[in-house]
Amino acid sequence: MGNERVNETRRNFLRKSAVLAGTLLASSASQPFTAMIFAANQPDKSKPWYAIGIDIEKCIGCGMCAKACKSENDVPKEPFYYRSWVEQYILKNDGTLKVESPNGGIDGQKQSVPDEEIFKTFSVPKMCNHCEKSPCVQVCPVGATFDSPEGVVLVDDKYCIGCRYCIQACPYGCRYLHPEKKTADKCTLCYHRITKGLNPACFEVCPTGARIYGDLNDKNGVMHKFLKEHNCHVLKPNLNTGSKLFYNGLSAEVR
Amino acid sequence: MEHLYEMLKQVDGYIYPNEIELHWSILIVLYPYITGLVAGAFILASLERVFKVEVLKPTYHLALLTALAFLIVAILPLVSHLGHPFRAYEIMTTPQGKSAMAIFGFIYLWYLMVVLLLEIWFDYRRDLVLWSREKKGILRRIFKILTLGVTDLSPKTVAWDEKLGYIITVVGIPSAFLLHGYVGFIFGSIKANPWWSTVLMPVIFLFSAMVSGIALVMFLYMAVSWIRKVKIDMNCLDEVGKYLFYVLVLDFTLESLDQVHRIYEAEESFEILHLLVTGKLTYTLFILQGLLGTIVPIVTLGIFRIRKPSEKIRKPLYLMSSLLVLMGIFFMRWNVVIGGQLFSKSFLGFTSFKIGLIGMEGYLMTLVWIILPFLILSFFLWLIPPWKKHAEEIV
Repeated sequence: MGNERVNETRRNFLRKSAVLAGTLLASSASQPFTAMIFAANQPDKSKPWYAIGIDIEKCIGCGMCAKACKSENDVPKEPFYYRSWVEQYILKNDGTLKVESPNGGIDGQKQSVPDEEIFKTFSVPKMCNHCEKSPCVQVCPVGATFDSPEGVVLVDDKYCIGCRYCIQACPYGCRYLHPEKKTADKCTLCYHRITKGLNPACFEVCPTGARIYGDLNDKNGVMHKFLKEHNCHVLKPNLNTGSKLFYNGLSAEVR
Repeated sequence: MEHLYEMLKQVDGYIYPNEIELHWSILIVLYPYITGLVAGAFILASLERVFKVEVLKPTYHLALLTALAFLIVAILPLVSHLGHPFRAYEIMTTPQGKSAMAIFGFIYLWYLMVVLLLEIWFDYRRDLVLWSREKKGILRRIFKILTLGVTDLSPKTVAWDEKLGYIITVVGIPSAFLLHGYVGFIFGSIKANPWWSTVLMPVIFLFSAMVSGIALVMFLYMAVSWIRKVKIDMNCLDEVGKYLFYVLVLDFTLESLDQVHRIYEAEESFEILHLLVTGKLTYTLFILQGLLGTIVPIVTLGIFRIRKPSEKIRKPLYLMSSLLVLMGIFFMRWNVVIGGQLFSKSFLGFTSFKIGLIGMEGYLMTLVWIILPFLILSFFLWLIPPWKKHAEEIV
């Protein structure tokens, strides 16, 4: 008798749980599973869809790009905030790797390892990858970070709540919290310039022309030419962020 | 900004230049910690109600009120940490559906308004009505307002209170799982961070939440009994200790599985995480979380499973175990939140972390957030003491 009663209660409990689970499932069906699959698509094919190309073989590590970026975009001058910076990689003969970017490379690179110990050295300019499937856009709880119609990832500083989830989500370290505005800040590909037909500041000042950007929709454009003529790689391809920053001559050590 | 210059000197190896400052500090350690205490305390309360573990009855109301007191505070460190706290409402008005964080406001409100407040209200309604008749002055008015005008005490209505309260508890269990599993997902879904990004994160968060919540109720039950100078129901305490032991074993197994998996797979991030664990996290992970917060309580509570020493020995050891577990889980959150930001996403170096004494993210403010829920709980226990509830002469 006693056993029966327990089973009865258990059955009731299971039944109630099943009804609850069913209701939850049914209500989730009304909102299709788009939130589960995150991928940006270009909303307006008539507009350009920008990508960036950086030729590491041309970069001399002068840091003009990082400097110009700070002036053009009013990035705080302190050495903790960068929209654009240059890393110097030094592979030593003993197989170890040394990476440096003092003040983001703005003051140029200094040789910290003697010549005879160096196996190989090169500079890698870094900036926002303007990913097609940006982790930062995905995680923003209020939609303050968004993709422009041209595929540029931007932040609305009037709307950003400063939760810093996007900073955590960016695998490339391209975001920071603006110390005065208290909102997330990052490279805009000089959106204020490119929409007027001008080059981004870092592209404009590069003395060797190591940087280009162009429209991926334009099959005859500079970006297609760059991708066709070089073996390009993106950073951290395993993360599937759909990075639109393509490097020529990217060494495997670079992350 | 001076502290940043100080930290710049302490950078070890190479970090991306934007990574010097830790963006989520002690306040974000507190947030999953406090939320976990809520979920855990509630689940313990549900054991009594839904699964009819009668021996836990003395902790039932205490656990519910604890959950409420801590839930009220849970959101405060989170909001005060925002760059723009006054824009926090945007999460509710214009949530971005693809963000793991956007849904938090809704889950929080669901849990606060629908689960906890309603359950406590149904549970206390009869007493609120009776108190509003017995008391005088301002208290009488407060209780009257709290009844929300539903003063019917007919056996049928009281039976309905019981029934609805039960249904809410049943709904509450998956809600508590959701609340804390979801907090784990906020961290576990960040693919950029290999220390966080594991599918086990929500499960680990959930079990550690249960561990900490049960330990908190255990501690509070002993503390409240001591303050009220009443005898501790040892059967109840033993039962709570039993659950704490089982969940602690599960939690330890899951966390070990996570680490074993990382070590065996030894992915790209392995070297930097190995350095992190054996370097900056040695004390907080191995000593505070592992040895003191997990192994010692597991062994103590485990021995009690085999043979029970006298009450005199069990009581202080239960007290010690609960406090150690509470400390251990705090450092578990610390190791996740702070540990996950100490290494660079370039996997080539480390930054450092220092807390100041004052300021919104300093030690003093942290203490405030830890003490505040206890004050709120004391107020609840004064206003609606579970031990003064009326005997159930009407069923």
